[in-house]
Amino acid sequence: MDLSAINPVLLIASLMVAATPLLLAAIGELIVERSGVLNLGVEGMMIIGAIAGFAISVETTSPMLGLLAAMGAGAVLSLLFAFLTQFALANQVASGLALTLFGLGLSALMGQSYVGVKPPAMAKLDLPILSDIPVLGPIFFSHDPVLYFGIALTAAVWWFLKKSRAGLILRAVGESHDAAHALGYNVIRVRILAIMFGGACAGLGGAYISLIRVPQWTEGMTAGIGWIALALVVFASWKPWRVLLGAYLFGGINVLQLNLQAAGIAIPVEYLAMSPYLITILVLVIMSADKSGAPASLGRTFHASQ
Amino acid sequence: MTTPLLSIKGLTKAYPGVVANDDVSFDIGQSEVHALLGENGAGKSTLVKMIYGLVKPDSGTMTWQGKSFTPADPKTARASGVAMVFQHFSLFDALKVSENVALGMENPPPMRDLARKIRRVSETYGLPLDPNRIVGDLSAGERQRVEIIRCLLQDPKLLIMDEPTSVLTPQEVDILFKTLNKLRDEGTSILYISHKLEEIRKLCDHATILRLGKNVGECVPAETSARDMAELMVGDTLQTPTRSTEKTGDVVLDVSGLTLEPTSPFGTTLKNIHFTVSAGEILGIGGVAGNGQDELLSALSGESLTWPDAVKVKGQDVANLGPNARRERGILCAPEERLGHAAAPDMSLTENALLTGAIRENLTNNGFVNWASTNDFAKSIIERFDVRTPGTHVAARALSGGNLQKFVIGREVLQRPEVLVVNQPTWGVDAAAAAAIRQALLDLAAEGAAIVVISQDLDELMEISDRFGALNEGRLSDIRPAAGLTVDEIGLMMGGAHGMEVAHVGDEEKEGAEA
Repeated sequence: MDLSAINPVLLIASLMVAATPLLLAAIGELIVERSGVLNLGVEGMMIIGAIAGFAISVETTSPMLGLLAAMGAGAVLSLLFAFLTQFALANQVASGLALTLFGLGLSALMGQSYVGVKPPAMAKLDLPILSDIPVLGPIFFSHDPVLYFGIALTAAVWWFLKKSRAGLILRAVGESHDAAHALGYNVIRVRILAIMFGGACAGLGGAYISLIRVPQWTEGMTAGIGWIALALVVFASWKPWRVLLGAYLFGGINVLQLNLQAAGIAIPVEYLAMSPYLITILVLVIMSADKSGAPASLGRTFHASQ
Repeated sequence: MTTPLLSIKGLTKAYPGVVANDDVSFDIGQSEVHALLGENGAGKSTLVKMIYGLVKPDSGTMTWQGKSFTPADPKTARASGVAMVFQHFSLFDALKVSENVALGMENPPPMRDLARKIRRVSETYGLPLDPNRIVGDLSAGERQRVEIIRCLLQDPKLLIMDEPTSVLTPQEVDILFKTLNKLRDEGTSILYISHKLEEIRKLCDHATILRLGKNVGECVPAETSARDMAELMVGDTLQTPTRSTEKTGDVVLDVSGLTLEPTSPFGTTLKNIHFTVSAGEILGIGGVAGNGQDELLSALSGESLTWPDAVKVKGQDVANLGPNARRERGILCAPEERLGHAAAPDMSLTENALLTGAIRENLTNNGFVNWASTNDFAKSIIERFDVRTPGTHVAARALSGGNLQKFVIGREVLQRPEVLVVNQPTWGVDAAAAAAIRQALLDLAAEGAAIVVISQDLDELMEISDRFGALNEGRLSDIRPAAGLTVDEIGLMMGGAHGMEVAHVGDEEKEGAEA
């Protein structure tokens, strides 16, 4: 066992990378759930984003186009969910599960010819002077643009929900769709836009794994991150900054336990592998002890009967 | 005569199987309080939804200040100057008062200015309200203030109020009326929907009466007796329930020191409740909705278990027994919510009869259901209580509110309870059916049952109860004989005006003139 092999600067830098896909997917799902819709298809939308982003950036050799394609693919897949639940009034839980299974299958089919291919590398954001600061430079100022986008998105979502009128309408729809309808707001339109936003975020999160974090394509490579994102939204009490905190905590412990495994620490690998899940849930459960609850209309089907 | 503010001609709206409005015409003048009167299901709500742009009429026209008026959605209606206070509040529990107000406005000012405006308007009209409070924590009366202030901030020309007083104490009603009179003096017209005749006689300049979707008459309420209006509304002469005996027996139900935490997040805690009910007696429990009525019913029915000795029947402690064990001892209940609490919506009437009747009517045998006798039991409820339905195989959901209410009350009454607890027994029921239900309760008491009637309809409680108490924030007032209680006394028992003040618009103008 050699703990000195773990470099704390690299550790913190890599935990931010590990947390970003989770953060993106969870922030998207937070908006969806705040509008009163429970979309369990996050995992499916992520993996579709992962393969769509991978394929497009390999074909065009532009990682940027790949990321855009991933967002588009996630949003298009989420439209299927929106159609099922908002127009056909299908059950949201069943539709979401179907979306995940469909996404996993479709991505495997699409990705057959991309196994083993190397994608074009995403340029890191080069910030002269800032990147050269010792310790702080590698930790905060030498990452890819998507990582910063994820943090900016968290701030934007917080501002949107807290301060903007559109955010207030979104929360109102999630609280009581009947009352929102009676006041003349278009519940279905608000929800479809929220679902598409969630799809785009999940797609981007998936592409971040296949293009930046790993980077390669393997079947089922999102490995349950979508499910963690769903749990994270609940345990973060539907609050954006807590989602960020939970994602970084999860990413951090995940990177740490991998480092511990590599260092050969005398704890069975299985315990180390389950630790990020356990600790993240434990911390967020303690934090969610205040009574801020779920959106009251979450998961309920809306139909304007009169 | 000047042009009316809103003129309605030949408005018709049909839903599959029912014509909600059939060729309705009337005018609302400038600065007029116009009453829309009718029983549940007469089409009042559909009519105002058309004015508010939530529902499109099939035919007919509306004219607003001389111009054609066809609001496509509530936004257009609000832009013209129509504002509406809903019967079932269109509020968001988890949001703040100011956010709720902002959602009902077209172009709300920034939150800080809005909070200041809410404070000012609420003080001017005697409806104190803190813009930063969460709506879910407010009482029913305070919630209504949020709705009213939301409307007032838009300077409406026409204010629609759908059954506004059903959640208020008599004192709060008085203050609301003063606010409405103030608004009328300032030039606002009000369309006031209610079935409470005395209120309409006190407040309204003109009344239109609807029955089964048709306009059946108009009158000047101050010059028409309540009885005449009631008969126009019902289309029939009214039977008043009569009680046969006045004697009561031994104490049957004894509740002492009942304290109970609510099960729902915005529920009310019951605090140290004491009362007794004797055989042959009806105890009426009044109070504004949300002051512990549901919790009291669940403590008596056995849905919530309580401390030992808090609930005793004939001297035996039942506080620790569930609903079925209490049914065995003759304690039966009919909760307020018909669909989903008193009856399972998608199950047939036979199955619903089985759900509470199995024990006392011996409808099961070694775990097997005796469907023949269950069906007979359901049939006897339908016959005895005049439930209008094609048969016992019909799903509970398919019955109208009044018919289902007769069924769920009848189901308990026919099981010969020793203690019967009913919550809102005639809520949403037409006058004739309500009279029948009240008569059944009186007859049951005459046969020696102890009955607790929880209701928000004070007239009903005064009509049938022997003694009266009121719930206020989870506490029960002293129990007093019902005969001879005045409206003022009842109002004080219900908690008075809950911190409301009389509108002082005039004062402010005076101050403004002095300054």
